[in-house]
Order: sequence, then C-alpha cells, then structure tokens
Amino acid sequence: MSNSPSLTESIRPGADPHVAERARLGEIDESVRLPVLVFTIAALFWLMVGTLFGLLASFKFHNYEFFADAAWLSMGRIRTAHLNTVIYGWSTCAGIAVALWLMCRLSRTRMRHANILIVAAIFWNVGLTVGIYGILAGDMTSIEWLEIPGYATPLLFIAYACIGLWAIITFRFRTNSHVYVSQWYILAALLWFPWLYGTAQIMLIFEPVRGTVQSLVNWWFAHNVLGLWFTPLGLAAVYYFIPKVLGKPIHSYYLSILAFWTLALFYNWAGVHHLIGGPVPAWVISAGVVASVMMVIPVLITALNHHVTMVGSFGMLKWSPVLRFSVFAAMSYTAVSLQGSMMALRSVNEITSFTHFTVGHSHWGMYAWFTMAMFGALYYIMPRLLKREWPSATLIRVHFWAVALGVGTYIVALTIAGWIQGLYMTDPSRVDSFGDITSFTLPWLVVRSISGVMILIGHVAFVINVALILAAKPAKESAPTLFSETSDDLGKEAARS
Amino acid sequence: MKSLPVIFLGVFFTLAFSWTGVVLIPQQQFGALERQEADDGTMHPAPLSGLATQGLQVYLDLGCVYCHSHQVRRPGFGGDTEWGWGDRQSVARDYINQPVMVLGTMRTGPDLKNVGDRIPDAGWHYTHLYDSRLSHPDSIMPPYRFLFEKRKITGEPHPRALSGLGDQAPPEGYEIVPTRRADALVAFLLSQRLNYDLEEAQREF
Repeated sequence: MSNSPSLTESIRPGADPHVAERARLGEIDESVRLPVLVFTIAALFWLMVGTLFGLLASFKFHNYEFFADAAWLSMGRIRTAHLNTVIYGWSTCAGIAVALWLMCRLSRTRMRHANILIVAAIFWNVGLTVGIYGILAGDMTSIEWLEIPGYATPLLFIAYACIGLWAIITFRFRTNSHVYVSQWYILAALLWFPWLYGTAQIMLIFEPVRGTVQSLVNWWFAHNVLGLWFTPLGLAAVYYFIPKVLGKPIHSYYLSILAFWTLALFYNWAGVHHLIGGPVPAWVISAGVVASVMMVIPVLITALNHHVTMVGSFGMLKWSPVLRFSVFAAMSYTAVSLQGSMMALRSVNEITSFTHFTVGHSHWGMYAWFTMAMFGALYYIMPRLLKREWPSATLIRVHFWAVALGVGTYIVALTIAGWIQGLYMTDPSRVDSFGDITSFTLPWLVVRSISGVMILIGHVAFVINVALILAAKPAKESAPTLFSETSDDLGKEAARS
Repeated sequence: MKSLPVIFLGVFFTLAFSWTGVVLIPQQQFGALERQEADDGTMHPAPLSGLATQGLQVYLDLGCVYCHSHQVRRPGFGGDTEWGWGDRQSVARDYINQPVMVLGTMRTGPDLKNVGDRIPDAGWHYTHLYDSRLSHPDSIMPPYRFLFEKRKITGEPHPRALSGLGDQAPPEGYEIVPTRRADALVAFLLSQRLNYDLEEAQREF
C-alpha cells in the first residue's frame, strides 16, 4: 500500500477497481450457483454411496460369508456398483460442477438459462440411479467401465449433451480475449467425453463388434475416460486453483500449451496397455506401450510448471485447505502417471497385470489425484457461491488427514501386496498352490479395509461441513477459513481474491 | 489457442487418430475372423450351446470377470501355462463365437479360459459354486448358494441333488438342487476349452 488513497477517495466505492470486479464476479457466481450446488450435492450423495459400496466389497474379500446369500450384494455386483457410483456419480458430477463454475469465471460471463442444467442434472442422476439399480439387480453388462445396462445409458447421454453444450455456449459468450489453460482443458474434456461414450456405447452395447475387437474398444474407451475426461477436468482445477491461491500466474503459459497437446496426442493411444499379452494384435499393444511411455512428456512438463509456480510458497500449505488438497492432487498426478508409464512396459506389466497392484494404481489416480483435486476446488468454490465461509476448520483438518492417510495406506498396502502377488503368479514354483497367494494377500486386504474406513471418516467430516455451510446464514464480511489462525495477512489477502 | 475451432479440430483429430489405430484398423484386420478347419474336418472353435450362452449371461450378471480373467498368455510370459491354465495361448479366433468379451484384468482367482478342459467334472463345479472351500480350503471365493435351492425331499431324492457337501450338507430330509441359472453357468464353464489347435496359436513370438 505505497500510494494510499485520500480519505474521500477511500470511501467512494467506484474508486476501488476491486469492488467493481468483485461485484461482477458475484453476479457471475449468482448465475451459476444453483446448477453448481445441485451437481455438488449429487456428487456428495454418490461419494457416500460409493464409499459404502467400496467398503462392503473390501470386507467381502476377507470375510466371504459377509452378505453372501444376497445376490444383489454379491462380490461382482457390489464392486461394480462401487466403480460406477464413484466414476459416473461422484467424479463426473463433481467434475461438471467445477467445470461449470470455472467456465463462467474464466469466460467472465454469466450462465444463461441455467435451468437447462438443472434438468440435465436430474436426467443424469435419474439415469445413474436406474443404472446402479440395474447393476445390483443383475442386468450389468460386465464390460469394464460400461457396466450400466443399455436401458439407462441413453438418459445419461442426453443429460450429458445438455451439460456439454451449455458449457461450450458459455465459452462462446466470453468477454475477455485471453483463453486460460483451464479453459482448454475443460473444452477438450467436454468434447472428448461424448465421442468416447457414444462410440463405445454403440460399438459395445447397441451394435457390438465381434470378438476381441470389443476388448480394444473397451480399453480405448475406459482408459480415455481417465485420460481425456477426468484428467483434463482435474488439471483444469489444479491449473486454476494453485496460482489463484498463491496470487501469482502460472510459471509458463507456453509449457502448458505444450503439455496440453502432447497429452491430447499420447493419452489416446495408451489404453491398450491393459491388453498386454492378450489375444489382440501385438502391433496395437506396442503402439499403446509407446504412447504410455510418451505420456512422461506432458506429465513432467506439467509437474515442472506447477512445481516452479509453487517454489517459494510451500509454506502456504500450512494454512490453505484449497492449496493443500490441490498440491496433494498435483503431486499424485505426477507420481501416478509416471508409475502408469512404467506399468505399461511389458517386463513390468508381466508382473503387475492381474494383481492388486493395478487396483492400487487406479485408486492412486482416481482418488489421490482426481478426487483430491475436486475436494480442493470445492473448498474454494462453495464459500464464493454461498457468500459465507466454511463453519469448521477442524472438520477440514479431519477431512484432509483422514483421506490423505487413508488413501496413502491404501496405495502402499496394495502396491506391496500386488507386486509380491505378481512375482508369485509369474513363477508358480515360488509357492505350493494358488491358495498360498490368496492367503498371502489377505492381511494386506484387511489393511485396505482399514484404509477404507479412514477414507469414510474423512468423507463424513466433509459432508457435515458442507451441510453446515449450506445451513448457515450468509455473512456480511468474512475471511477464509484457514487451518491456522496465525497466518500472515499477505496470505489471507491472496486467498480472498 | 484463442478460438474454439482450433481446440475443436485438435480434439477431434487426436481422438479420431487413436480411434482409427486402436479400433478401426484392428476391425479391418481381424473383425470378421472365420472358424478354422482342422485336419480331420472339424471346425474350431465350436459354437456355444444355447445353455452355455445363457450361462455366459449369468457369468456377466454376477461379474465373475472381476476376479477371473479369461485369457491365456503365451508360454514364457506371466506363468499362465506353468499354472496349467492352458497348454497354449488364447488367440483372437478362440473368441469369435462369444457375444460379449470378458478378458478381465484381475486374477484374485485363476484364469477360466480353459476351465472346461482343466476340470471337466460338472459335479465339481456345482459344489465349488456352492462352497469353494469344500475343494480349496484357502479360497476366498464367496459361496454362490443363491444359485441353488434347498428343498424338502418328498418321495425320491432329486437325481442331481448335490452330494459331498461335508459340513455344508443340508439337514436330514433336505437336499440342495441347482437352479436353472446354476446349470447354465456350469454349462458355460465346461464349454471353455482350448483343447484344439489353431494355426496362429502355435506361432512363436
């Protein structure tokens, strides 16, 4: 504050450029508030349901009599219900909520006819409810990541079409000439998803191709849902929130362009590494392995860009919840992507394929990376939409530590167990029988259940905090809720803007 | 990077590129494979029977694929043949009669592509589905008792009532009878055999 305004200047609202800007942002937030809230609440509902399904499936691994006589709670179905609720319920709804909010903010324009998005949200959630019911009732397709029966998916597709179209229309109404990194990622994701989902539905459910070409379509789709839908949405969030909380621009705009296009080019092809050694042509698999390894380029560029942006500001992790979740996510993205490139090598894949190692890897990606990025984003967005602060810093702290330690335990346990399981399976002479491998993994699977309980505790803390902030009255003036009360004012200022 | 058309075209062409490579070219290459005639004139692979096709539906709706893979990798890669899951690798032609692919990504349990040849005894499969620990004490496969019916014996016992259930045996005067779904599932499992030769399956890689 080197050039302080005079007394009369200081009390005239128009004189402060931030006031006009904040009023504008407030108006934009207002226009998109309802759809974002609806998608967020739906996401949290599915997060809780999905967590319970996951825990149930995990318990069934070491307690085979657990609900054994209920067909709808049998292993294959409950595990699949878990996957589909967390993918299409939690992750997709949260991703859409964050994408819609970011799109309005970054395009500096309000959401037009937001009611269409409410209709889309209802369609999506009704479709998903029917789909999950179908899975539990015995209509699932057993095509990985596409288990929702064919009678529910058209509903999902229609809902999605409205959402994608509305976000792109919002981009068309943008009022500033600069297009942010996050906007490309969101736009790309919004365009990729319907093509992936539509193509896969047609080629696998409605007019199935023959033989193992199905498996190629299957993994082209399933891995691209991660790579071209969740990853861009997560990156959009991280690219926005890390610089935003730090109050400084991303280190290099050009590096982010490079990372974007290399990701677009390579991630596409990577999915077939799930079929290494399988009954499909070796050349397709080789192409997939090359693409998986090439993913190192966008991943390292992104990591470098975020890291250099963070340098000098790591201290802020102590008090900013948004930053802590986002940085945890960004670091997980780097680690899990490099691990994924390794796992695509034939020599490594020979061991890790068909083991719990892969399950650990997928939770590292979908949870420690994507889900944590969404938590970070929601911690930033909710107070701005509702014009009030998070009621409890303690609940945020419980949330962070429970899920961070929970997923950390999960990953470590399954990575170790899976690797050893893989060594045994590759060389049967190391064990007496297949049952020995099963017995070996059991204690690790118990650890997995414990980590699941920790994650559940974290989710309960988050949901309580969301319920409290929804119920609270709007505050006239407030400061962000931070982990530590002794933070410096500079940091608070940055977080508020 | 300032306009929608650039992003739109870039996004379209990257996805079209991988779709062409991963889906379209393989579809042209082996999407219409035919059965192969063996020296003795039989055609391989044999079509699935009606009951086995119904069994595949049971296999799908119970999600067997999430613990059991359905592919044998080549000898020397991953120990599949050492485990005795098949004498040869499974190749694309082995799957052409099956309407839905369940290659799988997890082996909490053993591979099932050749299970009909490995364990041809239907009775074993019924008891194994009823309680896997009767044959494998270390198994963590959940019991699929809901594929069976516990009935009071009236008159003659059912000819296909399960026997050898050990401590899982029903009380005196009752019997455990497979449902139609269990019959179909076992028919599908028994149909999964790699006991024939295909030219391409013998190729060294």
